[in-house]
Amino acid sequence: MNERKVDSRLLEILVCPLTKGPLRYDEKAQELISEQAQLAYPIRDGIPIMLVDEARNLDG
Amino acid sequence: MSDSITVFNRAVVRLRRDRAAPALEKCAFLFKEAAERLADRLDDVKRRFPAALDLGCHGGQLGRRLNGRGGVETLVQCDLSLEMARRAGNLCLAADEEFLPFAPQSFDLILSCLSLHWVNDLPGALVQARRALKADGLFLASMLGGETLKELRQVLAEAEISLDGGLSPRISPFADVKDAGDLLQRAGFALPVADSDAVTVLYADPLELMADLRAMGESNAVIENRKGLTRRRTMTQALDDYQQTFATDDGRVTATFQVIYLTGWVAQV
Repeated sequence: MNERKVDSRLLEILVCPLTKGPLRYDEKAQELISEQAQLAYPIRDGIPIMLVDEARNLDG
Repeated sequence: MSDSITVFNRAVVRLRRDRAAPALEKCAFLFKEAAERLADRLDDVKRRFPAALDLGCHGGQLGRRLNGRGGVETLVQCDLSLEMARRAGNLCLAADEEFLPFAPQSFDLILSCLSLHWVNDLPGALVQARRALKADGLFLASMLGGETLKELRQVLAEAEISLDGGLSPRISPFADVKDAGDLLQRAGFALPVADSDAVTVLYADPLELMADLRAMGESNAVIENRKGLTRRRTMTQALDDYQQTFATDDGRVTATFQVIYLTGWVAQV
């Protein structure tokens, strides 16, 4: 699972689509975490899914 | 056009694209033709754009035709549909044109081929695109315009008025060229230009056109279309009219797609 890694060139330019704030890359969970929005965006097979509908809510 | 009303159901748009993704390259004459024309326009610009974004990349139809044209070295490709994006290139992601996930000044060039006509908040999308561009960066997009499927609009409207006593939006509303130019200006682009050309596609019959629209993931996603499917006899009459009114000499029918081009630059700071 998740053998393909997300490209570092993408990590350099990605921000939270809601807040435009920074993202923290959680390599183990394969998520991009927006602390400001309290959302975790999933990375599937190396592809970031930067959709609010698909993000995991960190509050609940 | 209105910029405060939600016209399109984005979840439906995404689902349609997910479903269309596997077979798109086989059927999508319109996308390939539009991608070729957009790439030609990039060739006309005497500048190199090392870092580029393909916004609403479908299955990579534009990216495959770019192939380094415009001096593009790094091409990031995003689409609302993950199933589309994963078929594009190495630097792909799922992203919503209305909520772009890119840091300011990430790109020298943003291209978009036939995706922006599904965006509810086009002014907002254009502002976000401008912010993602570097100074002297170029925004070059094509989208379907208001003359698109004029034949189908005409026969459907006539059939609905005569049989159902009223109209409902069966075909997505599109921007016109003047709207598009105004929007570019409002979004803060320098030297904004909007123009259009027509792509005429020949189909064996109107049913083939309808099948092609579904196959491209381009069938209607208007929220107001909640009365359900068009009634069978209304559709039958509309398609009969289509065949009679818009047949060519060899019995095939024409369908017109208006492609609007948006060009804008980011001013030097």
